[in-house]
Amino acid sequence: MTARSVLQQDDITRALTRISHEILESSRGASDLVLLGIPTRGVILAERIAATLNGIEAGSAVAGSLDVTMYRDDLAKNPTRVSAPTQIPDGGIDGKTVVLVDDVLYSGRTIRAALDAINDIGRPKAVRLAVLVDRGHRELPIRADFVGKNLPSSADERINVRLTEIDGADEVTIE
Amino acid sequence: MTTFHVKGATLPDGTRRDFFVENGVFVDSASNATVLDADGLQALPGLVDLHTHLREPGFEQSETVLTGSRAAASGGFTAVFAMANTSPVSDTAGVVEQVKALGDAHGYVTVRPIGAVTVGLEGQRLSEIGAMAQSRAQVRVFSDDGKCVSDALLMRRALEYVKTFGGVIAQHSQEPRLTEGAQMNEGALSGELGLAGWPAVAEEAIIARDVLLAQHVGARLHVCHVSTAGSVDVIRWAKARGIDVTAEVTPHHLLLTEQLASGYDSRFKVNPPLRRDDDVQALREALADGTIDIVATDHAPHPLEAKECAWDEAAFGMVGLESALSVVQAAVVDTGLLSFADVARVLSGAPARIGLLDGYGAPFTVGAPANFTLYDPAARSVFGVEHLHGKSVNSPYLGRELPGRVVATVHGGVATVLEGLLVEELARG
Amino acid sequence: MKHLLSTKDLSRDEAVQILDLAEDMAQAGTREVKKLPALRGRTVVNLFFEDSTRTKISFEAAAKRLSADVINFTAKGSSVSKGESLKDTAQTLAAIGADGVVIRHHSSGAPRVLAQSGWIDAGVVNAGDGTHEHPTQGLLDAFTMRKRLHGDASRGRALDGVTVTIVGDILHSRVARSNVWLLETLGAEVTLVAPATLLPVGVDTWPVAVGYDLDAAVAAKPDVLMMLRIQSERMNAAFFPTAREYSRQWGFDDERLARLPAASLVMHPGPMNRGLEISSGAADSARSTIIEQVANGVSIRMAVLYLLLAGGAA
Repeated sequence: MTARSVLQQDDITRALTRISHEILESSRGASDLVLLGIPTRGVILAERIAATLNGIEAGSAVAGSLDVTMYRDDLAKNPTRVSAPTQIPDGGIDGKTVVLVDDVLYSGRTIRAALDAINDIGRPKAVRLAVLVDRGHRELPIRADFVGKNLPSSADERINVRLTEIDGADEVTIE
Repeated sequence: MTTFHVKGATLPDGTRRDFFVENGVFVDSASNATVLDADGLQALPGLVDLHTHLREPGFEQSETVLTGSRAAASGGFTAVFAMANTSPVSDTAGVVEQVKALGDAHGYVTVRPIGAVTVGLEGQRLSEIGAMAQSRAQVRVFSDDGKCVSDALLMRRALEYVKTFGGVIAQHSQEPRLTEGAQMNEGALSGELGLAGWPAVAEEAIIARDVLLAQHVGARLHVCHVSTAGSVDVIRWAKARGIDVTAEVTPHHLLLTEQLASGYDSRFKVNPPLRRDDDVQALREALADGTIDIVATDHAPHPLEAKECAWDEAAFGMVGLESALSVVQAAVVDTGLLSFADVARVLSGAPARIGLLDGYGAPFTVGAPANFTLYDPAARSVFGVEHLHGKSVNSPYLGRELPGRVVATVHGGVATVLEGLLVEELARG
Repeated sequence: MKHLLSTKDLSRDEAVQILDLAEDMAQAGTREVKKLPALRGRTVVNLFFEDSTRTKISFEAAAKRLSADVINFTAKGSSVSKGESLKDTAQTLAAIGADGVVIRHHSSGAPRVLAQSGWIDAGVVNAGDGTHEHPTQGLLDAFTMRKRLHGDASRGRALDGVTVTIVGDILHSRVARSNVWLLETLGAEVTLVAPATLLPVGVDTWPVAVGYDLDAAVAAKPDVLMMLRIQSERMNAAFFPTAREYSRQWGFDDERLARLPAASLVMHPGPMNRGLEISSGAADSARSTIIEQVANGVSIRMAVLYLLLAGGAA
């Protein structure tokens, strides 16, 4: 099966800009936004969104990373996964609005793990979810607040998100 | 007792001929004989093991005279010398007579007890060497094997005293202080594995002392289980000086090296320890050039629980009677160092001579006792527990492919092994 | 990785991976809730045939922070005959359903025997075996060095070019062995300093430099100086004449501390004999990492337990 491009660089940039505006709007110009990206590509996306937010309104957002490996419910079903760093910005998350950022929303289990992880770190005022692609097939009652693109897919398809910082180019493909 | 016609066997000297057995001795011809087809088989004189632990009395959970005799027969042996570290120790006429009587009663092999040099193997006082020599067991070999007669004065006295009875001291050469807690050959590997080292010098120093003592008092010395290249050098030097010393090597020291300890599998834990590859090569060459006189098994059975534990908690020793001939073939025959005539010498003629055992001086000659084994050197098999016939299974060769197979063993005209299987009911005359 | 028996078995990538994982574990340790759910439902048995409160507590804390159930089993003083005890205990633990066994044993190689025996199908962590190895100590020492020398830029890095001098009873030290193999794998340059009686025969084949003179070793300005515990009963076996002479020749005292570069680290695996192999001045100086080593031990052991026990079959 060959890969089909569904989002190009411009589409991704536009989607992230739109998400940024939606985040600002929904939080009514709050300056206590903490964007936590879920490794690996969610971290890049969180940084990009934070940069956009700060471009619109300086100092409105900080970005960090939240590793959820230890909280996954499928650890024992797979070969051991190695964790990635968690980087909580100075100031922590207590009383802040946390926006979780991931590249693809699928079963929802990663987000479930992320909510547990946040619970062990502090008590935010609210937690929101932003994803670049929502491909459906949810297995838990979880939905994204901000979606770059809804991409209905079948379970045997693969969605690949490539980002310049890691992969050398911005692109989303389906195969 | 059966009459045998052995057809087409290859004798140790390489000639191929038939031979006959009647009334327990080799004869010119016989009628109505049971035919043993020995086409392609090597005939060897009955093997003699100068160093076996039969464990009875006292350690019957490891081995008995019966089970050890059966193990011996299955390996081609017709005589074994039983070491003295039994319980009670074989240090009185009563114990050695009992061991001999058990061997005679079972009949698989001739059992010659070895007497302890010191009471209780404790290295303090000489045991009643004379009484054992003059008993019905007619003990000629004395050894504290398992322990070294480390006291120089006691060793001197023992060497002198056994001369009185035409005996020989078989020394377990191990300097005790240098080997306190020792677990394996001392070298780079012991350092890495964190196992207390057993230096070669602990063996070599005792051998050097003993050959000088033997020279000084004009006595005969036998060195048990030589394991290092340095020991070979000392013995070679002693023989060149005309000292009356003989030496043995075990099959395992001819084949296995210390590397086997690296998995902490205690089947490879033995006293003296497995050494380096250089030592193995030196021992093979020494056996080939006659510096080492004989191969002896140091068959040391232990129950499972003595080996199913951490290395330093495990017992020393390996069983070896059943595998001896195969291991010797692999180590020194297939490598071109020894012929089967040499094998006959180092596993039968020479040990019988050292142990003063009659009947092994002129094998296959008319009138000589019919002790022999038929061996198939072309066979190959993976050594398994089914090859073991004693009580214990602590063999280092399990799972290893070895050459050769004992097809038949005849002890004093009585078949103990036929078609590769132990004979359950011996046909005694 | 199914077992951790020896640092000699670790590749450079594996070793760095454990150190990196330990960074994440250490980070979790700074949070309000220190516990992680990764080993929920798993059972870890601390099987200690030899006393070691410190190591046991460290492993226990590590397992509990990963939410494992922990069973402490101290076999010392058991009346079971020596040979049987390991096998019987292993079968008991298998019946209980242990997923991981952390074993401390007085016999070198006992963890390997346990791992290979077939008596139990659990991940085995060597927590110190005889005079063989103590791999988690080696890892936590390497972690401590990396953290001090590279700080926040530690992740992904090894110890290339770092000079480490280990001083003391090398012959009987499982810590020294685990450090030597691991530091070599990570690219460090190791020097051993001890009286000749306390160096193993064949040490010349190890990937280390060997010396007898501590003053020369200090003058060489090592990045790390690691002092090993000396057991005073060794002098009864003639390894050295008296504790006083040992201390004078191979003890790290205030005067030697003064000659050591300010940036050099002073390490000790504990427990220390203050005044024998190390002075209080040296042990408590800013260059000493001794307290950090203890804290880092928990992170390293969490990383190891996680790697061995979290995943399922591939």
